[in-house]
Amino acid sequence: MEKYVQLENVNMRFTTNKGSFEALRGINLGIKEGEFVSIIGHSGCGKSTVLSLIAGLLKPTDGLLFCAGREIGGPGPERAVVFQNHCLLPWLSCFENVYLAVERVFADTESKQQMSKRTSAALELVGLTHATDKRPNEISGGMKQRVGIARALAMEPKVLLLDEPFGALDALTRANLQDELMRIMAKSGCTTVMVTHDVDEAVLLSDRIVMMTNGPAAAVGEILEVDLPRPRKRLELAEDGRYNHLRSEVLKFLYERHAKKAA
Amino acid sequence: MSAITMSKENLGSVSSKQNISAVAANESVLTPAPAPVLVAKDATAPAAKTGSLALQVRSFFEWLLPPLFGLLLLLAVWTLLSYQAKGLPGPISTFKSAVVVFSDPFYSNGPNDQGIGWNILNSLKRVGLGFGLAALIGIPMGFMIGRFEFLSRMAAPIISLLRPVSPLAWLPIGLLVFKAANPAAIWVIFISAIWPMIINTAAGVAKVPQDYMNVARVLNLSEWKIFTKILFPSVLPYMMTGVRLSIGVAWLVIVAAEMLTGGVGLGFWVWDEWNNLNVEHIIIAIVVVGIVGLLLEQALLLIAKRFNYE
Repeated sequence: MEKYVQLENVNMRFTTNKGSFEALRGINLGIKEGEFVSIIGHSGCGKSTVLSLIAGLLKPTDGLLFCAGREIGGPGPERAVVFQNHCLLPWLSCFENVYLAVERVFADTESKQQMSKRTSAALELVGLTHATDKRPNEISGGMKQRVGIARALAMEPKVLLLDEPFGALDALTRANLQDELMRIMAKSGCTTVMVTHDVDEAVLLSDRIVMMTNGPAAAVGEILEVDLPRPRKRLELAEDGRYNHLRSEVLKFLYERHAKKAA
Repeated sequence: MSAITMSKENLGSVSSKQNISAVAANESVLTPAPAPVLVAKDATAPAAKTGSLALQVRSFFEWLLPPLFGLLLLLAVWTLLSYQAKGLPGPISTFKSAVVVFSDPFYSNGPNDQGIGWNILNSLKRVGLGFGLAALIGIPMGFMIGRFEFLSRMAAPIISLLRPVSPLAWLPIGLLVFKAANPAAIWVIFISAIWPMIINTAAGVAKVPQDYMNVARVLNLSEWKIFTKILFPSVLPYMMTGVRLSIGVAWLVIVAAEMLTGGVGLGFWVWDEWNNLNVEHIIIAIVVVGIVGLLLEQALLLIAKRFNYE
């Protein structure tokens, strides 16, 4: 199948006050259309950098990035990002936060009424119809993250980029949102790249898991196919031998072959 | 800053920094306190109701007592000093004089003898003009300096060189350029009020969270949308701090500026009464300057609160 998002020999070097720092070296990665790929690795391994590169927020020092056959030159509405700390604008209501994104993408082709409908539909999809007019500081962390997801999905992106989307949430809320994300992704079917450091999350949600070696000069270590059938059920999988095998594969990679020295 | 001030009509009455409306409401002490209000959930139980009322009254007095003591202490020190220093009027003679001054605030006997009301209004007008012009120029400048690194580095030496200069040092330049006292006074207000607004607005722009700018970049927002939806709301609290500091400086400077330039105004009034050796009026002027400054500050704090989203 055609590679939808492609990274070719991507190197990334940051220039800081203390000199230059090589974050990524020789990253090659192809992601198929409709695929859910997780990038996992220890903190500081540059997994978020990979995501920022795909988002177009950073430009690579070397190498090429493509999305749908075109080179990625900067951020674009066809690649929506859900940030770890939700990044909602506190002076806008949930509706207005989502509307801002909708307006950017559809203002030329649709009427205000259609765009409002779209915004409401996105909030309904994440189960937040009741919080439409609330400000971000009036809702819980899990709800904020849902608004972030609604904002990204409302743009009808071709690629959804999730940067540790549930990292700041408590374990129970996180599990709920993971289930919900699975449901939403099954419905929308858009290509998704998620950065995470949660092994269970990666195995549960992904079609493939990209495991990265430790930085500096991090690279793709191994890629693990997750061939569990969908829809996946958290409770059933807990007993599933294949699930536990995949899970321990990731753990072995992270804690045996590429264990991070205690800081 | 002191949390308390005294009102001229009744030196014993008290206002609180937390709520300006208390200034107006302080004659009726038994109206519900603006600070701690406890509402009885069960209105049918009379015992509980009277208990909560007692609690309300008690917490009101607990809230009132410290500032009251502070004011009484101030009055006591003043009274003691007035016995020691010859010519310094005590609170009582000042109060009597204040009653006379405020009984006819808007009389006008020619340009050098006008009521306290005219003096206050004229000072406020100068401050308003000088401050308004400073805001008109300073706030957009702050945005530009904050947004563009080149402008920021360009402005840095100018600001650090000119900002520490005493406002009154600019007065001769103003007199020279404008050839009149009133515009020169406004010019002094302008030049002293502009710096906090430039600096705070620029700092606010520089401190817009990178997260929000990332949102702007990911959504590919236009410059206009970035300004209206992200930059401006995000900078507003910093800008309001700048505005508040500027008004404070402007009000500090106006008395000194008017002492030098003359014309109707509180500063000129102070100087005129010094020449008349009417010390009561000078003390009244000091109190009035304090109260007007406090009210300006409180009004701006109220506005600033409106724009706090966190």
